[in-house]
Amino acid sequence: MRAAVIQFPGSNCDRDMAVALNQVAGNEATQIVWHKETSLPDGLDVVAIPGGFSFGDYLRCGAIAARSPIAKAIVDFANKGGYVLGVCNGFQVLTETGLLPGALMRNAGLKYICKPVGLKVETTDTAFTNGYDKGQTITLPVAHHDGNYNTDADTLARLKGDDRIAFTYTDNPNGSMADIAGVLSENRRVLGMMPHPERASEDAHGNADGAVLFRALSEAMALA
Amino acid sequence: MKARVHVMLKNGVLDPQGEAVRHALGSLGFEGVDGVRQGKVIELDLAETDAAKAKATVTEMCEKLLANTVIESYSVEIA
Repeated sequence: MRAAVIQFPGSNCDRDMAVALNQVAGNEATQIVWHKETSLPDGLDVVAIPGGFSFGDYLRCGAIAARSPIAKAIVDFANKGGYVLGVCNGFQVLTETGLLPGALMRNAGLKYICKPVGLKVETTDTAFTNGYDKGQTITLPVAHHDGNYNTDADTLARLKGDDRIAFTYTDNPNGSMADIAGVLSENRRVLGMMPHPERASEDAHGNADGAVLFRALSEAMALA
Repeated sequence: MKARVHVMLKNGVLDPQGEAVRHALGSLGFEGVDGVRQGKVIELDLAETDAAKAKATVTEMCEKLLANTVIESYSVEIA
């Protein structure tokens, strides 16, 4: 699997994401790509947009990053069928680019939440989650102030009808609509999620539920 | 020429920050505040001297960056 992690000023999960990708990808070097680049390395399978506080969350979380030079290349990559994973701030960036529907608003309780949460795997019909069992409950950490997913009723109905909700919270921490923790694009190759699989991907983390996602993705890329 | 953009959460989108402000006002003894909505004001200094052109440009700025039209509405004043 050839992967790249995008780095913005204020990204802070970029190296964790690269480590998680490298572990499952047999230590092929995952590349870090700076936001001022206008193109992605050739031959990539996966682009990961990491967590953090890109551009200090100025204007709106992810808004400035979504208009940075590399964002156009990411949109083109996704539109050509590339796989894109956005975690936390990366999810916010993906909604701001329009690659995923909806928006992430301030948590209903107005507090920054940093804790492990229970998640239900809502669909396994995607390269990201087919290593889990449908309906399985897993635990991943969240760490965000703006994870309250919001969209209009039509879009929500479409997400449900098309089986595009990847994960829901078992105990909604942030007011997110329909308990949504992660959503997929129409072609099921772009996943945005607030919880951090890369922070729970090896035994030393105390929980490796997130490793299943990276492994499944790597296996899908090997078959492709 | 100056432009002022007001960005607000759309009607119907719950505003958690506005709600928190409403509760705080109540605890300060301000009664009868039925609703609070919190938004943003963005001021721009523009080289443009034609008001209609300025308004069109700022509207495009709102659509592309200043507002997230999934959840926010905006209005543009040119002065």
